[in-house]
Amino acid sequence: MSVLVYAENLQGKFKKSAFEIVSFGAAIAHEKNLPLTVLSIGQVAEEELLRLATYGAVKIMKVEGEAFHALSDQTVATAIAQAAAADAAQYVAMTASFSGKAIAPRVAIKLKAGLADNVIDLPKMSDGFVVKKNAYSGKAYAYCEVLSDVKVISMLPNSYKLVEDQKQAAIVPFSPVLGAADTSVTIRETIRSADKVSLPEAELVVSAGRGMKGPENWGMIEELADVLGAATACSKPVSDAGWRPHSEHVGQTGIAISPNLYIAVGISGAIQHLAGVSSSKVIVVINKDPEAPFFKAADYGIVGDAFEVVPRLINAAKNFKAGQN
Amino acid sequence: MKILVCISNVPDTTAKINFTPDNKEFVSAGVTFILNPYDEIALSKAVDLAAGGGNVTVINVGDASTEPTIRKALAIGANDAVRINAPARDSFFVATQIAEYVKKNPVDMILCGRESADHNGSTVPVMIAELLGIPCVLFAKSLLLEANTATLDCEIEGGKQVVNVPLPFVAGASEGMAEWKIPNMRGIMSARTKPLSVIDPVDVAVHTRHHSFDKPATRSAVKMVSADAVEQLFELIRDEKKVI
Repeated sequence: MSVLVYAENLQGKFKKSAFEIVSFGAAIAHEKNLPLTVLSIGQVAEEELLRLATYGAVKIMKVEGEAFHALSDQTVATAIAQAAAADAAQYVAMTASFSGKAIAPRVAIKLKAGLADNVIDLPKMSDGFVVKKNAYSGKAYAYCEVLSDVKVISMLPNSYKLVEDQKQAAIVPFSPVLGAADTSVTIRETIRSADKVSLPEAELVVSAGRGMKGPENWGMIEELADVLGAATACSKPVSDAGWRPHSEHVGQTGIAISPNLYIAVGISGAIQHLAGVSSSKVIVVINKDPEAPFFKAADYGIVGDAFEVVPRLINAAKNFKAGQN
Repeated sequence: MKILVCISNVPDTTAKINFTPDNKEFVSAGVTFILNPYDEIALSKAVDLAAGGGNVTVINVGDASTEPTIRKALAIGANDAVRINAPARDSFFVATQIAEYVKKNPVDMILCGRESADHNGSTVPVMIAELLGIPCVLFAKSLLLEANTATLDCEIEGGKQVVNVPLPFVAGASEGMAEWKIPNMRGIMSARTKPLSVIDPVDVAVHTRHHSFDKPATRSAVKMVSADAVEQLFELIRDEKKVI
């Protein structure tokens, strides 16, 4: 028996969220006195694979080969389910990234397991297995008990800390057997902006709303994000107006995020917007209207015109970054 | 072209969320329920696709209290509706009910919203696809149909992907897939008489059990920083909050 974690790589490199889920899996393995196996799919160099042992992996299963170059959800789900069965895994955990959300439910059904999706904390394991999740679009938390023997867990990024626990890990090749249904999706094109920070995983987010007056004024928002190494986001009216792409819309009907720092510029703070960002650890609100409701949900507030405050913040961020180096 | 659209009945996005004193149950008194916004995008797309002579069926797993939302979907343009008469116990339960219905009533395409506004799991569309052994494109921003293949744009980490899938398939609709449709008077009138069949659920053992709810802790009072003194903001956040 084991705890099996699927560590997702992006072009052969593991992101912070991969080490978060390995640390999370290590905590369950420790609690349940089980070994931790980490599964990697796709072309990853040995040196990179061994980084997984830094966070507690004692066995690293690697799946490589041509069929796993372009990863479809079904291919990955089949590989994870077969690896879990081969390893007799009791707990199967992965990141609830865009692809993880499309994979975890398939793995749960293949393994006839209960699914704890989008969890945000370590489960309570003293009596049963109770997980904490966001509910009602960030307005509440739900606690859910998983009753099945085998449990599949997906965890949102930025929900669990990195815990170093260096182990000696063996790398074991694994070859899943794919069926016709696993390869029915053809990936025609993948477009990634290499220099852009992915919004759901971003630790810092700079977001702006209608207070920016028009898309032509977003340069300063992007500059601030760039200096901080932050992702950019926007409010719903902004994406509805076509000023920014829908993929940047955070809020109840957009993406829910939980960064360490969320800076909101010219966003009044409607309840639907707050729902999507209230899990942020620190919120800074900049608005020229001192009565903006968002100030009530913020940690730091600055009353002022965005066009004066943001350039000052860019300078402040530059100085702060210079001081760090 | 037969399209099935899965819909959820969820609290209005502006609703304040409250629970019973023991935190076990959601208090629905005083809360307006609506058609889940993402499901509305899926439905709008389905109505567009069926405009050339297809049929759109909406399906909901719920008790009779969801019928006003089902009628709203009919007013938007669905041809008929099915309600599986059972409370939605968990996502596996809901997905199993819908998959079993589709096995008996095959369709060319199943459209869902990418997530529901109550549980936000994005799990039901994927589970339906897995139970039926067909592809699922979650977070789909566009859908173009040519003969027996669909081309979809979907969100991925830090970008987007263009995929081709054979019919039948499941898609989870994101913003951008279709414009929201506002029901017109003719739609609202005809919705009253469109067929809504109620069927019994199949037996299924669930693997999860709802335990309780909780609300996020309220933040301590906001600290106002003068617009003339923002130079030290990041040092302040580092020293006080230790997050950067």
